[in-house]
Amino acid sequence: MSAVVAGRQGLAARALGHPSFLVGAAISLVVAATALLSFVWTPHDPTVLDIGRKLQPLSAAHWLGTDQYGRDVLSMIMGGAVTSMAVSFVAVGIGLGLGVPLGLLAAGRRGPVGEAVMRANDFVFAFPALVMAIMLRDIFGPGALNAMVAIGIFNVPVFARLAYGAALPLWTREFVMAARVAGKGRGRITLEHILPNMLSLIIVQATIQLSLGVLAEAALSYVGLGVQPPAPSWGRMLNEAQTLMAIAPRLALVPGLAIVVTVMGLNLLGDGLRDLLDPRLARER
Amino acid sequence: MLTFLARRLASLLVTLAVASAVIFAVMEVLPGDPAEIMLGTNARPDTLAALRANLGLDRPATERYVAWVSGFLQGDLGRSYTYSVPVGELVAQRLWVSLPLAAISLLLTVLIAIPVGAIAAARRNRPVDIGIMAATQVGIAVPNFWFAMLLVFVFAVSLRLLPAGGFPGWGAGLWPALRSLILPAVALALPQASILARVMRSSLIDTLGEDYMRTARAKGLSRSEAVRRHALRNALIPVLTIMGLQFSFLLAGTIIIENVFFLPGLGRLVFQAITQRDLIVVKSVVMLLVASVVIVNFLVELAYAAVDPRLRRRA
Amino acid sequence: MYRRLMQCLVRGAAAGAVSAGLLLGTPALAARTDIVLGIRLEPPHLDPTAGAAAAIAEVVYNNVFQGLTRIDRDGSVKPSLAERWDVSEDGKVYTFHLRQGVKFHDGTTFDAEDVKFSLDRARAADSVNPQKGLFEPIETVEVVDPQTVRITLKRPSGNLPFNLGWAAAVIVAPESAADNKTQPVGTGPFKLAEWVKGDHVTLVRNDDYWGEPVALEKATFKIIGDPTASFAALMAGDVDAFPLFPAPENVPQFEADPRFTVVVGNTQGKTVLAMNNGRKPFDDIRVRRAISHAVDRQALIEGAMHGYGKPIGSHFVPQDRGYVDLTGKYPFDPEKARALLKEAGAENLSVQLVLPPPDYARRGGEVLASQLRNVGISVEIVPMEWAQWLGEVFRNKNFDMTVVSHVEPLDLDIYARDDYYFGYRNPEYRALYERFVASTDENERLALLGTLQEKLADDAVNVWLFLLPKIGIWDARLEGLWENTPVPANDLTGVKWRE
Repeated sequence: MSAVVAGRQGLAARALGHPSFLVGAAISLVVAATALLSFVWTPHDPTVLDIGRKLQPLSAAHWLGTDQYGRDVLSMIMGGAVTSMAVSFVAVGIGLGLGVPLGLLAAGRRGPVGEAVMRANDFVFAFPALVMAIMLRDIFGPGALNAMVAIGIFNVPVFARLAYGAALPLWTREFVMAARVAGKGRGRITLEHILPNMLSLIIVQATIQLSLGVLAEAALSYVGLGVQPPAPSWGRMLNEAQTLMAIAPRLALVPGLAIVVTVMGLNLLGDGLRDLLDPRLARER
Repeated sequence: MLTFLARRLASLLVTLAVASAVIFAVMEVLPGDPAEIMLGTNARPDTLAALRANLGLDRPATERYVAWVSGFLQGDLGRSYTYSVPVGELVAQRLWVSLPLAAISLLLTVLIAIPVGAIAAARRNRPVDIGIMAATQVGIAVPNFWFAMLLVFVFAVSLRLLPAGGFPGWGAGLWPALRSLILPAVALALPQASILARVMRSSLIDTLGEDYMRTARAKGLSRSEAVRRHALRNALIPVLTIMGLQFSFLLAGTIIIENVFFLPGLGRLVFQAITQRDLIVVKSVVMLLVASVVIVNFLVELAYAAVDPRLRRRA
Repeated sequence: MYRRLMQCLVRGAAAGAVSAGLLLGTPALAARTDIVLGIRLEPPHLDPTAGAAAAIAEVVYNNVFQGLTRIDRDGSVKPSLAERWDVSEDGKVYTFHLRQGVKFHDGTTFDAEDVKFSLDRARAADSVNPQKGLFEPIETVEVVDPQTVRITLKRPSGNLPFNLGWAAAVIVAPESAADNKTQPVGTGPFKLAEWVKGDHVTLVRNDDYWGEPVALEKATFKIIGDPTASFAALMAGDVDAFPLFPAPENVPQFEADPRFTVVVGNTQGKTVLAMNNGRKPFDDIRVRRAISHAVDRQALIEGAMHGYGKPIGSHFVPQDRGYVDLTGKYPFDPEKARALLKEAGAENLSVQLVLPPPDYARRGGEVLASQLRNVGISVEIVPMEWAQWLGEVFRNKNFDMTVVSHVEPLDLDIYARDDYYFGYRNPEYRALYERFVASTDENERLALLGTLQEKLADDAVNVWLFLLPKIGIWDARLEGLWENTPVPANDLTGVKWRE
């Protein structure tokens, strides 16, 4: 614990000197800011169709032109950022909220409970993800919530395994032994000693899962399993642009680039955080 | 070791049994009736009932579950409602597309990733390395279906060099069949190669710092000799582990790419079977996929345990 | 004999042309005898008597399987396996005189027993025929002699010859019927050569065909589900024809290219915004009329169909006799729509719009939702696969609104049914429809058709949007493909390459 606290002073300085962290943080901030901005302002309403203005090229009124229904592409990209962020944040939340406690439980209890938890994880892990998403859609109906749950479910085993793997060796460490000798219960030890020591690992993984969530949301929306119109989504924009590639390739390029940039930003941020928070993992890279 | 083996085996069987029950239950609650989708809007109730009886859907769920599981154990995966051919036959046909596709994309992945990763490791922190690392960041961030769309547009629609989709079958000749797998394989390989190149680079960098490398150099081996004889081989272990994961991903996780290119692979079979409510196909294929992943995991665990006795006690 | 001789001569000439072409180093002048057609959906199997999928008929109808009658490109009934038929005075007994010398693909002879077998099989208690209703009026089917079949009806039905022309009414042989799904055995000019699942179905010419020999030796139906891939395949010449081209947005590029013929024809597809008349608030005619006024058909057709599709104002297609143009009945008028909604006390409506998978529905639904929002109705879009749509909307009637195309010809009867999914129950309409069915006078029938259409439009049961277009694109040297789609089919009997 004390080592972490001591490292805090140097953290800011090291962060400023870490290029991939800086680039990643900057991109992520821009995407988040765009998403927030779209709540109060977009150049046009991204949900309003105006067939008379369909497929207009780039202009002062429409910086990225309009789509096949005359919607403003820039506004849709801005709105799409909200969808993308919201879905992946909630999905990571589901993974964290369920996965980490399960992993900790399995590590703390072992025996049949731990075994059962980890086998259930294997099963979810082995289940074809898209098939699961389609079934969820067919049973509960499509929409943002379905996408969040579908992606979230696959985050659960990721965090459970991470927590399990990180917690197991901690249980054999001296400070945990000391706590047990002092008569602390398993739950209390987990909360006071195990969890704090794996926090940085979890934060790094959460960032990575966030970027995977953006990709997954795009893929689900692309096949029609994500948010429904009129809510804008990058994946659905790509789906709709597919037949228009020959006429208006920008309709396919712009949302694709938005996804690439966002995912890259989050990945760089994750890499940077790993280096900064957990020097042991970073080694000499 | 024997008790360990017995315990792990029991746990495996329980996992598979629970998995089969869960899969079956999910199919039961999936809304939509296979008979309705086959007979359409003009079908009369008595016709629908006749077809349901024909397909055995009128029997109670427990009876159908037992029939399915016992058939499965004997290697009988059932008969497709829509195609009315054995599911095993369908799966075998589709594997002839999915397996080669996965193999080709894995080959591409390796051919790109190993040299690129090695070069980056050798030129660590120099412009070449930084450039390669930046490129792999992009590669990881590109959604493969979007990359596939761009490939189709450039190589199929604009240049007309390769087919935009479909698969003529291996009966049409080796080249026509391979030709239609090129674009999908490239689309699948790009993100995978980016990941693998990064693994290759860091793994090689790690081994370069190991003691035996210093020993090798001290013995008088040149740097490149030492890399070739010792570092590469050791660096390949994590690379192989990742490749194993990637192959199983490529086999089961290609539904979207198979859809973009209209390849009659396993993923597309499942996808279509769900929309047509060909539930016996969905059940059996999903069970096959789950079982293979779980069994492979089990074997890997056994292998680890054989190497490291401490794991036996822990589990 | 003469025909044989001509064939030999033609073949000889073709061979000569090929060698001449080789000698001169120019492309052969002989007309091609193969064709590759693109189809969007793969048939689940090839037995039209056991599955409703249009893709089955699109491959086998009149190519592999034939009925007693057939429906031609203009929607008219023509003799097929029956040369002719007589009707009794009371309209209840039909006597079909069968063609001689007809053989199934497996060599067995076609005769009256096969007809009886096929029709009895379709009517049986355990029948899985998707159109079993077509055969409901039939009381008995009797074999008079090997070339004659007598069908007795429960009540007169002038539609019998037309109904027997449906793909679900084709004649199959008792020896092979069970395996028709994978090994279809019919009497048609083509037989199945190969089916590579997921990619293509190939038919080859049946040299023992009873009728006029067909020009094509080989026809491949290539399954290309993706609109982009269809575009690429046509442009690259991998496919010679796409009889139902899926992407209207790409049509202008084909129109500009002299290598292609683009034919925008008609289907029977009446695309409607269906409303659940049995449920609030759609049980109020003012709400339905308001919604009719809120829809801008022109913008819809432009936005969803890129301008292809004729507007319709009732449940009737413009190319059929008896059509009345009612597209002006509810002009686009958002103000009036809002006023009507206010009058009905239905402001701040919130409804669900269920959309099945086809593009016309998904794209059209998106445009419609925006038009309805424009008059203050909040619309939630709920996409569904067909499996769920059939269960939730069609069977359980658990929906507010949906977009769907009704492709059956002359289906005004669906508004006279109690249990139909949109829940329209009007005794007046039903009485009118019964008069129409019973009427034998052509002029009276036509007049009644008009009245029926007007009644529906007046009640604003649904919003009738547009007639689904049949966009056919094929190599400009091809001739004989159908321009319109009166029934799902790709009848290849008259198709040939121009030299």
